[in-house]
Amino acid sequence: MLILECPYCGVKAEETELAPGGEAHLKRFGPGSPDEDFEAYMFARKNPKGVHFERWRHAYGCGKWFLAARCTATLEVFGTYPAQTTEPPADIVAKIMAKRPDWKGYK
Amino acid sequence: MSTRLAKGGRLIDRAAPQDFTFNGKRLRGFKGDTLAAALLANDQMLVGRSFKYHRPRGIVASGAEEPNALVNMGEGGRFEPNQRTTTTELFDGLTCTSQNHFPSLEFDIGVLNNYAARFLPAGFYYKTFIHPRAAWKHVFEPIIRQSAGLGKVPKDRDADRYEQAYAFCDLLITGGGIAGLQAALTAGKAGKRVWLMEQTAHWGGRAPVDGVEIDGTPAEAWVKNAVQALEAMENVTMRLRCMAAGSYDHGYVLADEKVADHTPGDGRPRHRLWRIRAGQIIAATGAIERPLSFAGNDIPGVMLAAAMRDYLVNWAVAPGDRTVVVTNNDDAYRTAIALKEAGLEVPVILDARATVTGDLPAKARALGIRVEAGKAIAKVKGGKRVTSVAICAQAGQGAVLEEIACDAVAMSGGWSPVVHLWSHCGGKLNWDAAQAHFAPDPARPPLNHDGSALVVTAGAASGVLLAGDVLANATAAAGGDVAPVASGPVEAAMEPVWVMPQGATIDLRMKMWLDYQNDVKVSDVQLAAREGYSSVEHTKRYTTLGMATDQGKLSNINGLAVLADSLSSPIPQVGTTTFRPPYTPVTFGALAGEARGDIFQPLRQTPIHAWHEAHNAYFEPVGLWRRPYCYPRPGETHEQAVHREVVNTRTNVGLLDASTLGKIIVKGPDAGKFLDMLYTNVMSNLGIGKCRYGLMCSEQGFLSDDGVVARIDEDTWLCHTTSGGADRIHAWMEDWLQCEWWDWQVYTANVTEQFAQIAVVGPNARKVLEKLGGMDVSKEALPFMQWADGEMGGFRVRAYRISFSGELSYEIAVPASEGRAFWDALVTAGAEFGMMPYGTEGLHVLRAEKGFIMIGDETDGTVIPQDLNLGWAISKKKADYLGKRGQERPFLASPDRWKLVGLETLDGSVIPDGSIAPAPGTNANGQRNTQGRVTSTYYSPTLKRGIAMGLVKGGLSRVGETIEMTRLDGSTLQVKIVDPVFYDKEGEKQNV
Amino acid sequence: MSKVASALGGARYDGFAHVREIGPLGMISLRAKPDVTGLAEAVTAVTGCPLPAQRRVELAGGNVAGWMSPDEYLLIVPYDGVKAALATLAEKLAGQHHLAVDVSDARAVFRIEGDKAAEVLMKLAPVDHATLEPGELRRSRAAQVAAAFWQQDGGYTLVCFRSVAGYVMGLLRHSAQSGAELF
Ligand SMILES: [Zn+2]
Repeated sequence: MLILECPYCGVKAEETELAPGGEAHLKRFGPGSPDEDFEAYMFARKNPKGVHFERWRHAYGCGKWFLAARCTATLEVFGTYPAQTTEPPADIVAKIMAKRPDWKGYK
Repeated sequence: MSTRLAKGGRLIDRAAPQDFTFNGKRLRGFKGDTLAAALLANDQMLVGRSFKYHRPRGIVASGAEEPNALVNMGEGGRFEPNQRTTTTELFDGLTCTSQNHFPSLEFDIGVLNNYAARFLPAGFYYKTFIHPRAAWKHVFEPIIRQSAGLGKVPKDRDADRYEQAYAFCDLLITGGGIAGLQAALTAGKAGKRVWLMEQTAHWGGRAPVDGVEIDGTPAEAWVKNAVQALEAMENVTMRLRCMAAGSYDHGYVLADEKVADHTPGDGRPRHRLWRIRAGQIIAATGAIERPLSFAGNDIPGVMLAAAMRDYLVNWAVAPGDRTVVVTNNDDAYRTAIALKEAGLEVPVILDARATVTGDLPAKARALGIRVEAGKAIAKVKGGKRVTSVAICAQAGQGAVLEEIACDAVAMSGGWSPVVHLWSHCGGKLNWDAAQAHFAPDPARPPLNHDGSALVVTAGAASGVLLAGDVLANATAAAGGDVAPVASGPVEAAMEPVWVMPQGATIDLRMKMWLDYQNDVKVSDVQLAAREGYSSVEHTKRYTTLGMATDQGKLSNINGLAVLADSLSSPIPQVGTTTFRPPYTPVTFGALAGEARGDIFQPLRQTPIHAWHEAHNAYFEPVGLWRRPYCYPRPGETHEQAVHREVVNTRTNVGLLDASTLGKIIVKGPDAGKFLDMLYTNVMSNLGIGKCRYGLMCSEQGFLSDDGVVARIDEDTWLCHTTSGGADRIHAWMEDWLQCEWWDWQVYTANVTEQFAQIAVVGPNARKVLEKLGGMDVSKEALPFMQWADGEMGGFRVRAYRISFSGELSYEIAVPASEGRAFWDALVTAGAEFGMMPYGTEGLHVLRAEKGFIMIGDETDGTVIPQDLNLGWAISKKKADYLGKRGQERPFLASPDRWKLVGLETLDGSVIPDGSIAPAPGTNANGQRNTQGRVTSTYYSPTLKRGIAMGLVKGGLSRVGETIEMTRLDGSTLQVKIVDPVFYDKEGEKQNV
Repeated sequence: MSKVASALGGARYDGFAHVREIGPLGMISLRAKPDVTGLAEAVTAVTGCPLPAQRRVELAGGNVAGWMSPDEYLLIVPYDGVKAALATLAEKLAGQHHLAVDVSDARAVFRIEGDKAAEVLMKLAPVDHATLEPGELRRSRAAQVAAAFWQQDGGYTLVCFRSVAGYVMGLLRHSAQSGAELF
């Protein structure tokens, strides 16, 4: 059972205090967008064995959504950060690169 | 016979006798006994029968690894099956009965299976399932049902209570032997927050039994000092009777504390499940001795050598008068020596090793014990008790050299580290050929959240078996560098022995038990290998090896060694089965904890709940809410009550507790813009004081919730959601505000529970409110789809003119703390106007008569608003709203979609729930095509006939058509497609 | 005031710890970012407490100001004082983006008292009490429902939703039973 530190309130919350929200850094496609873009936005989810970026909500806590970078195979957590960003922060990317040299990047 | 010795027993208090019964027989033990020790002290070696063949079973072990000695414990509300006598502390008044026999333990009819053993080989169940079904149903199943099963299922409600608790530490140490104690001393002195737990009732583990000396003092004294030192450390928490059941991700450990198993009924919780979060785990879980596979190794009286030593030293119990010791290592000599020194006979030590050297054999020989090198047991003789052993050469096929009379056999096949907590989270093992066991590979530990080692092993769990090595290993595991010194005899190397004798013939191999509880023999594993089972996981399931309640603690290594040998593969290549929690069984009560009875789950109650209860409401669950379904009067069925409530609401006035309705405040400069994205229609242009019905869709375009929105002031709206939807919709709003439009200035607040909301519905509704007085509720002052704040009957209210029934209707919100008082005031004021409360079923009938949809009935996650003829509530002007892009997908615009219609039977009867409309032909899967289904169906007491709504291909374009529908039972009925608004089509009644 | 009823009418239970439902209390959910001009002044004007920092709770007499999230505060005042408090907030924060709403009736409040009061909470919330500082407000769950608690007057104050007050009282009663002390 995971522990993730909520970047808003600093609580090291356990999984039962959190609600999962699927893949992070999705770009929304609205009316008029091409079918392929909408399909990718709606349905095409990554399922990597390794580094993954996810949405979590501190549901039994401050109620805020945050993002987490973790390894789906070892459950190592590289960091958590606020949801108000469109891509992973540089320090977390650097940390992942150091620990997983053959990681291909989040895209 | 097995008996209590006159002297000794380091754990028993002879001054405190404890009376207990076994199968009704009155027996006596001492405080400090385990149930197994007390049974043996009373010569009760036979304690149960095996699962498949119902062979007599005796006590084999002295701890958690025991496969045989399981009993039904207690009576009534404290009855529990499968209790392990070796880990059950004796208490005065204990009652237990043996399991798995019919009609009695001594004479069991199921033992006939024993003689049919060659018809019940490995894979029996699989093979039987393949045979004609009739053979299973009529032949095998009845026999198995009659004879199988472990213990009885409790009949009464559990009389005890259970609880759970959360704990946090830097370091969790599991196992209170010398390794665990030493690790705790080391980490405790370093200032770490330490939890130390031990599954038995005593600290110290095996060392005191084995006569180890530590730093020049006996282990017993060292343990006592260590415990005292640890108890004095504020940063160390110690728990006895606490079993670490499993380790999980990020240092989560579940541990079962048996608080009051040994003091039943003393008012304490029986068990407490600790939910521990540890920075790191040290598994100081020791090792388990392996049996040897020789013919007759399951006959009562055959016991693990170290277990026999435990009974002798800890409880002064001698399992036999004449004990043959059989071994492949030096440790078993300790048992022979202990028996001899206690004045008991050891006619011979059979050592499978060709040459026997070392200090312990030398000591045994010096005591006059006959030691036979290179010898083995060909066969143990006896029925319900060992009577003799036949000796043969280990190297041969089992030709008997000599027969020796004895009443017990002590066996040792070497030791296997207890690696469960290491392996649960993915720690890897290495095969140690010298000691013939799997041990943790420190280079491949389970990982923690930061990539560090989550589990470290200490002592025997690491695969080091001598006391000095154990202490050094444990010290290092806890980060220390100075370990106590332990002295002991030099031990010679063991030699792996997987079958005894090594060339045993098939008739011997058919009597060599690997898994005592599930009756799996060497021959079964060999048969599985011959039949092509090369994977250890498959072999386990095929033979049921290791699948019993002991989870193969004794049998797994021996079994996979036999498998590897049959496959001519090295043991590490065959590998182990997966270790899964719990380490030993955890009772359901502990897993449920407090969640039982009234607090099994949180039931949400409105402020008016007590009134409903007092007025005979029949409740139904709506999410976690409990809402009145109807209020039956004496002699009324629920159906009659619903009909009365509906008719009364249509003719007089009804009262509904609508407090569960979701209420979310949305405020800010961008609130209007936000709501225009959230709802399919426009909310930003709603006038202050006005209400508007709105729909919310998922991004796929499917309808997800509906409700009335009220504009409170310039930048504040109040959104009503469905009763089950408040939390979900609030979270949905926050998701978009936090993660997509975080620069928009909008705040939300879920105020659902701030208000009691009461619907006053029906032609007399206005009269009731006017009777309360204080607020102008006339058509002019408060027209349909408007709201107003005011004071009514002395209460602070917000009144909404909205209707979910088609009647003149007010929904009135008051602060929840005043909800009950306001309801009471309405009941009083309404009496002269024929007011009655109505429940959720009446609400459903009323809305169905009007053709109003209900989320969850007319919608199922695949329905768009357009399917429900709600296109009028979808803005064509807006460039975007959640779900708009999804609704642009061509298949959602198809004329073939199923759309909302009304449905009526030709004879006025009610269409049963679940009815569907078949269509000609079949689909690609050969299933019958369909063209529609019923979504809501009721008897309308207003119209005095059945009414229904449904989704039908083509929708309203087919009004007037008659189609065939199929009930769930396959019978058919004729149904006419009609307009879904059955009552007051012009909507005149609500707008008065 | 007689028509005003707290969720459980002041239910009590005495075990190894003492549990009682209190209230009704005046409670305001105030949503605003900490950099809103005049926010600290407004909170102090209403509660007498300074603006609480991250995860902190400030106490002044019976009044409370607690940090709930980066843009949410819980203000506790007398039940009858909410209307005036909302008016004060509206005045002090006029023109600034915020939301202040009365949630007095949406909540139930419990006091857990006695030397071992913390042990009651240790059975219900996955919270490490050794790291919980005095003056810290912790939002978590009590078994299956959301709850917030903090140390106050030698015991704990626990807040949950009103509809589950009966459930939470059941949890507290179960956990506080004599003989069930943890340490
Ligand atoms: Zn948080």
